[in-house]
Amino acid sequence: MDFRESAEDQAFRLQVRAFVERELPTDIRDRVLNFQHLGREDYVRWQRILHQQGWGAPGWPVAFGGAGWTAAQRNIFDEECFTAGAPRQMPFGLSMVAPVLQKFGTPQQQARFLPRILDMSDWWCQGYSEPGAGSDLSALRCRADVSGDNYVVNGQKIWTSFAQWANWIFCLVRTHSEGRQQEGISFLLIDMSTPGIQVRPIKTLDGGHDVNEVFFDNVRVSRDNLVGEEHKGWAIAKYLLGHERTNIAGLGNCKRFMRRLKEIAASTQKHGRPLLEDVRFRDKVVSIEMELLAHEWSLLRLIDQEGKGQGKGIEASLLKIRGSEIQQRLTELIMECAGPYAVPFVPEALEGDADIDTANGRLLNALAPHYLDWRKISIYGGSNEVQKNIIAKLTLGL
Amino acid sequence: MDFSLNEEQQMLADLVARFVERQCDFEARRVSAASDRGWSEDNWTALAETGLLALALDEQYGGLGAGAEEMLVVMEAFGRGLVLEPYLASALVGAPLLQRVGSAQHKEHLLPKLATGELRISLATLEPQSRFDLFDVSCIARETQDGFRLEGRKSVVSHGDSADWLIVSARTCGAQTDRHGISLFLIDANSPGVIVRSFAGLDGQRVAEVQFDGVNVARDALLGPMHEALEDLEWAVDRACFALCAEAVGCMDRLIELTVEYLQTRKQFGKPIGTFQVLQHRVAEMLGLSEQARSITHYAAANLNGEHDDRARAVSAAKTLVGRAGRLIGQHATQLHGGMGMTDELAAGWFFKRLTVIDMTWGDSDHYVERYGTLM
Repeated sequence: MDFRESAEDQAFRLQVRAFVERELPTDIRDRVLNFQHLGREDYVRWQRILHQQGWGAPGWPVAFGGAGWTAAQRNIFDEECFTAGAPRQMPFGLSMVAPVLQKFGTPQQQARFLPRILDMSDWWCQGYSEPGAGSDLSALRCRADVSGDNYVVNGQKIWTSFAQWANWIFCLVRTHSEGRQQEGISFLLIDMSTPGIQVRPIKTLDGGHDVNEVFFDNVRVSRDNLVGEEHKGWAIAKYLLGHERTNIAGLGNCKRFMRRLKEIAASTQKHGRPLLEDVRFRDKVVSIEMELLAHEWSLLRLIDQEGKGQGKGIEASLLKIRGSEIQQRLTELIMECAGPYAVPFVPEALEGDADIDTANGRLLNALAPHYLDWRKISIYGGSNEVQKNIIAKLTLGL
Repeated sequence: MDFSLNEEQQMLADLVARFVERQCDFEARRVSAASDRGWSEDNWTALAETGLLALALDEQYGGLGAGAEEMLVVMEAFGRGLVLEPYLASALVGAPLLQRVGSAQHKEHLLPKLATGELRISLATLEPQSRFDLFDVSCIARETQDGFRLEGRKSVVSHGDSADWLIVSARTCGAQTDRHGISLFLIDANSPGVIVRSFAGLDGQRVAEVQFDGVNVARDALLGPMHEALEDLEWAVDRACFALCAEAVGCMDRLIELTVEYLQTRKQFGKPIGTFQVLQHRVAEMLGLSEQARSITHYAAANLNGEHDDRARAVSAAKTLVGRAGRLIGQHATQLHGGMGMTDELAAGWFFKRLTVIDMTWGDSDHYVERYGTLM
């Protein structure tokens, strides 16, 4: 056992910290730290800065243009970026479709798509969930029928994040409808500008627009865009779920929220004193900080286990649950800091350019919408209840 | 970072696992707990033979000079085995504190015998009014012509009835809750005026109320600097808490295993009750809590020999989360065992009780949330 961060990792941390401090545009940073919405261009701008440094794809092998970092380095990179206020790197291309292409794609597909993911020439979105296929994903019905050199796609996807900005979507589609429902699913890449695709926004509790419905009406897709074998898409979907298990912990967000909670609580007054010094509130901050410490060490333990092929298989699910609970608790406490001033609902505040005369508005208006928005993380990516089913199945074997 | 055991740690883990397997049979434990001492002489001898009693002592006193990682390995295994013997009290708290603050003479005289198990030593510091505050000391040591005279009472002294020697905190100046003015004394438990009343704790381990009715000790009974013992006391109690956390992690693991076995075999409505989702989700919660407890205990291990504030924060976080996790896991396990969980028959109940006691030993969650808050 050796619980110290290695000298190499410490040096790496300082290198990343200096880079982010130097290169992260302040307008982006301010929006991130104030929980405001970013635009498409903000994400692209930051990705290109990273790409120029050779850090565009922390998780990819060097052969594909990745940074070739260890899991520990990737964790350090995430932590430094998140706490400094960098935007998250959009996962849909970088850590969802790219690993699939690297593992199952043809050389042509790899050459065509991977470079454009690295510099974000393409914005990808994920076509998995459907109205009748949420936690029970393999019940999906969106169909792709063979017609000459093409598939013809008909059906609907839902909860598609940033489909309004995407020019590509990777979809699970049904190519065969007999046998078990997991069989007959294929993994298909679709150009969003193809005729027959319609994107409808879904407005969420926070007043924001991240997610969409995507409709496919006789959309013709070249069979060259099939990834892996036809009807074997479920194995690819499962591979993707198992990939980058450590990302699931949300540690970077947790740390950023924790830091912001303390800053906001220190600058907010109760009984004429900083809220953070109020014992009732401080105890809540202490409890969640303790849980965050444990969460970080759970992740460090998982990173160590991953490198050695150890573990019971339940660790990633446990991390997902705890990480989402901690983030949600933090957004809740951050909102509590605002007290009564959290009530005015000013969606413009999320866009950052509003000058609104609510009490303490500039600091506080985004906090309640952010709390509402973050209820999503225990629902998406395999709801916490589904994670518990997985844990129980692996533990009880029943 | 590396969370795997190195070769020596693996040998240690194998050694303690063998001890637990051979010596910690549950029915035998029941008999030992009901005996006069409340633990097994046979087990104590076995512990001495393995060298584990010398784990935390320096090599010059026959010790192994082990660190936090080794304590973690040993206490986790002892948690799985629900060890009754005064190992933590004497070998991991009392003896290391004596090594830290004792004079060369004390150490040469006592440490080798503590290392071989010939003697035992306990720390007596809490009082009827102090709750967990180490600085709340009303036990008084007055200077006499040739030493000190102690008056007062110490409470819930872990294995106080088995200790040959006691390390006692007493006030040498100032008011009852002053941080300054506390000193430590090494006292022969058989001295005239020392009255020890022993009780079985709700986990089966012994605790004692110790009365000092004008106990005269020589000047050299003073351990460490006069009036300034609080820092050493905190050091010892932080170690104790860390060791308790490691023990609790072992308890939790074993209790979850027992619960899982029960859910797999107990049938109702024609199938194992572990197939019911509402019960499965409780198991998942228990696993999440034990994972959290293990991780924060590793964090405490990493900081146990660090700077004061780092150590204090880490141990406070560990003791808080482990205490809470232990309570919830114990409660869930009892519920999932149904009526059987209420009986004295199963080992599960004793893990529940031990976890309950660990939470209230040397500071509960509220105590450590407060301490962490002052350091935040």
